[in-house]
Amino acid sequence: MSQVAIIVNGKARKADVEPRMLLVHVLREQFNLTGTHLGCDTSQCGACTVLVDGRSAKSCTIFAVQADGSEVTTIEGLATDGQLHPLQKGFWDAHGLQCGYCTPGMIMSAVTLLRDTPDPTEAQIREGIAGNLCRCTGYQHIVDAIQLAAGRR
Amino acid sequence: MATTHVLPKLVGQRIKRREDPRLIQGRGTYVDDVKIVGMQHIAFKRSDIAHGRIRRLDVSVAKALEGVEAVFTGAQLAELIRPMPIGTPFPSPTHRAIAVDVVRYVGEAVAVVVARDRYVARDAVDAIVVEYEPLPAVVDLERAMTGQPAVIHADFPNNIALPQIASGTGVDASGKADDTKIDQAFAAADVVISQRMVNQRLVPNAMEPRGVVAHYEPGKGSLTMWSSTQNPHILRSMVAGMLGLGESQVRAIAPEVGGGFGAKINIYAEEYVAAAVSKALGLPVKWIEERTEAFVATTHGRDILGYVDLAATKDGKVLGLKLRLIADIGAYNMLLTAAIPTLTMLMANATYDIPAIRATLVEVFTNKTPTDAYRGAGRPEATYFVERAMDMLAAELRIDPAEVRRRNFIPSDKFPYATQMGAVYDSGDYEKALDVALAAAGWEALKAERDAARKQGRLVGLGLSMYVEVCGVGPSASLPTGGWEHAQVTVERDGRITAATGASPHGQGNETTFAQMLADQFGVPLEHVTILHGDTAVVKQGIGTFGSRSQAVGGTALVMAGARVKAKMAKFAGPLLEAHEADLVFENGIISVKGLPTSGKSFKDVASYAYVPVPLPEGLEPGLSEEAFFEPKNNTYPFGCHISMVEVDRQTGEPRLLKLVAVDDAGTLINPLIVEGQIHGGLAQGIGQALIEEAVYDEQGQLLTGSFMDYAMPRATDFPRFELQAMVTPTPVNPLGAKGVGEAGTLGSTPCLVAATVDALREFGVKHIDMSLRPEKLWRIIQGGRA
Repeated sequence: MSQVAIIVNGKARKADVEPRMLLVHVLREQFNLTGTHLGCDTSQCGACTVLVDGRSAKSCTIFAVQADGSEVTTIEGLATDGQLHPLQKGFWDAHGLQCGYCTPGMIMSAVTLLRDTPDPTEAQIREGIAGNLCRCTGYQHIVDAIQLAAGRR
Repeated sequence: MATTHVLPKLVGQRIKRREDPRLIQGRGTYVDDVKIVGMQHIAFKRSDIAHGRIRRLDVSVAKALEGVEAVFTGAQLAELIRPMPIGTPFPSPTHRAIAVDVVRYVGEAVAVVVARDRYVARDAVDAIVVEYEPLPAVVDLERAMTGQPAVIHADFPNNIALPQIASGTGVDASGKADDTKIDQAFAAADVVISQRMVNQRLVPNAMEPRGVVAHYEPGKGSLTMWSSTQNPHILRSMVAGMLGLGESQVRAIAPEVGGGFGAKINIYAEEYVAAAVSKALGLPVKWIEERTEAFVATTHGRDILGYVDLAATKDGKVLGLKLRLIADIGAYNMLLTAAIPTLTMLMANATYDIPAIRATLVEVFTNKTPTDAYRGAGRPEATYFVERAMDMLAAELRIDPAEVRRRNFIPSDKFPYATQMGAVYDSGDYEKALDVALAAAGWEALKAERDAARKQGRLVGLGLSMYVEVCGVGPSASLPTGGWEHAQVTVERDGRITAATGASPHGQGNETTFAQMLADQFGVPLEHVTILHGDTAVVKQGIGTFGSRSQAVGGTALVMAGARVKAKMAKFAGPLLEAHEADLVFENGIISVKGLPTSGKSFKDVASYAYVPVPLPEGLEPGLSEEAFFEPKNNTYPFGCHISMVEVDRQTGEPRLLKLVAVDDAGTLINPLIVEGQIHGGLAQGIGQALIEEAVYDEQGQLLTGSFMDYAMPRATDFPRFELQAMVTPTPVNPLGAKGVGEAGTLGSTPCLVAATVDALREFGVKHIDMSLRPEKLWRIIQGGRA
């Protein structure tokens, strides 16, 4: 067992973990942040995307011990002072989700997309979320949601 | 007095979903988010060969691992639960939840481990040793039908799961066929199109894999189950039956469900095993499917081979259609497996007035993951076979594909229309759908654009496809589970409305659409309506969500129950307002006398009165809660027309979808925003099937496309912006006029894209290409080879 110290959504947390424990499992099972989902076991689907030190990362592909000393933001930490993040609001307004399972990861990827490309074209949005799978929406309303959020920032 | 705020009518509006605030904040509860004190994790040891006899199964090392609670083999489990039931009246081989002696597909469970956490459970699975005597793997469908290279189930010679059945023209109720009319049709034809087509096997891949938590409480003798399922009530009934419990002793909960697409209708071995293991150990257990596990353990979709013969005059008038279907159902019959391809037969008439049709079907076992429902379930296959044949006819006769269809449509004044296949299409206007689509796409301009592109040497093609769908399933005669839906509506003491529905959503947005309908019905704000679902302790009865039935069947049950409550509420309000109940209107949170809007009592005050009824009006019981079961008399038949433009890269063979126009008629729309989302999702799955998705097995029965690394899931970059246009032809089958829309997108899009791709490659003499339209396949055609 190793002890890891991670700042999660602004709060210092500690956990005892096996070296093989994935970050996503620590977030979900030890910190009870179940908004981060697992959709595959090969790093393809992006449902587990969180921000590690400000960059989107697939938390199923990081051992918890690798995240020691990092700052992690999950979907639960995205809204500030009770106000939805523009992307959360965009997804709601544009019907950017159906079953909601891919949504947290999709939103966390889009956070990085909009930080790097504040005014993206549709093609840039599609490219930017190509690492996240959604089986429900056909992506069109997700694209709309991100565009809406970009326009409102 | 302040003027009353007038509430907008909500049905038909693009209302934002009420489900979303929790989901966009990561606060939904999916099955893997459920935790119970003392909960153990279970994991399955699965066969890594397609066909073989278990010679040795050694679980001793696994059992001895620290943290392992128990290990059960198939033989041990067989003492706890009966063989797996199916939901169709077809013959089926014995199917144990965990294999006892023979494994019949890669992924079939051979043992289950119960352990402290999921990591230990996986360690224990890895420590189980299995030795098999390999048997020949049955992979090739048409070879399987000859009993080669092996017979999978001894009681099913030649691997025939369902010996040939026939339907259509000249086939009587007993299945006896008279060939006179179909033979005449083909004898009179100027042209006959014949093509072998494969509607390939797909992996449903809901983004949330399956999962179950089972909690048997020995002190109570009752079981609570959380499962990622589309139909908790069916789960409850079947688990109760398997464990020998009464239905009252089992509570099934479908929490937030991360997509289903038909693959979460089936009640799976893992659900029965979790329940049985929890009961045997007296401990709560959780099983969460891993993705690569889901690829082999969750049912697949489609996989129907069709031999299509279409007879027509030289003017393109279709005289007859023969559809010979062979379905590869995999290793076992699951809940609805055997019934799915019969829907392909049912829809062989498509949108056309065809004088003679004969469909036959054989279902065949192979050493593959079993098939079952997948979005569209049998109907996309029918659409695909017929529409491809229509395109080949158009090409053969050099008639515009739109025109050849126009010459064969069922006329709009012939509805209700009894098809050759035994369906009664409720309502429709197929020619109008075609015209709307041609106009929306700019068909003539697109043709000019295509021709101009071709002059520049580009490989550009156009495709067009009609479809008609069976939705709102369906009368109880067509579903062994019952084809009704149930709802209960309660006006609470404070005037808030709580409604419970047996339709169990997994992304469809019923909490929003159903609330829209009730808010309008009672004239109260949307925020005052709460929709409950997905819990058999809260929703007394239900069937579930599949076959695009939520709105058409579940929604109707809801407004029926609502109407009963409203009628009773009017009986309470009448004496208060000194008016006859028939003269009351419910609007803006007020119940008032027609024509006297200021005379009213607030909805809340009438509700309170109904629960403290002093005096109690003559003949009334206190309270405001009513229920309804809606049994539809028929299915509904949505329809539409899709048009696409595809370009194939001459160098690489890669196809690119440039444009997709979809005209869909789903009857009355409750929330067009949600409807568009449903259509987009269906289109994505249909386009995925056409272009990239394919479950591929090798000759040993190994699934080569067994993870997201190998199975091509559509990504955002695979699609252009879809262009939708709605048409509304209400159904007479239910009072809402709603037909259902969940599956529509998968029907029109597949033949439409294949047509466009074949058109793009027309200069190479190609007439048909089987899906998926992989670049390698198209590149070979461009190089002068065969598809």
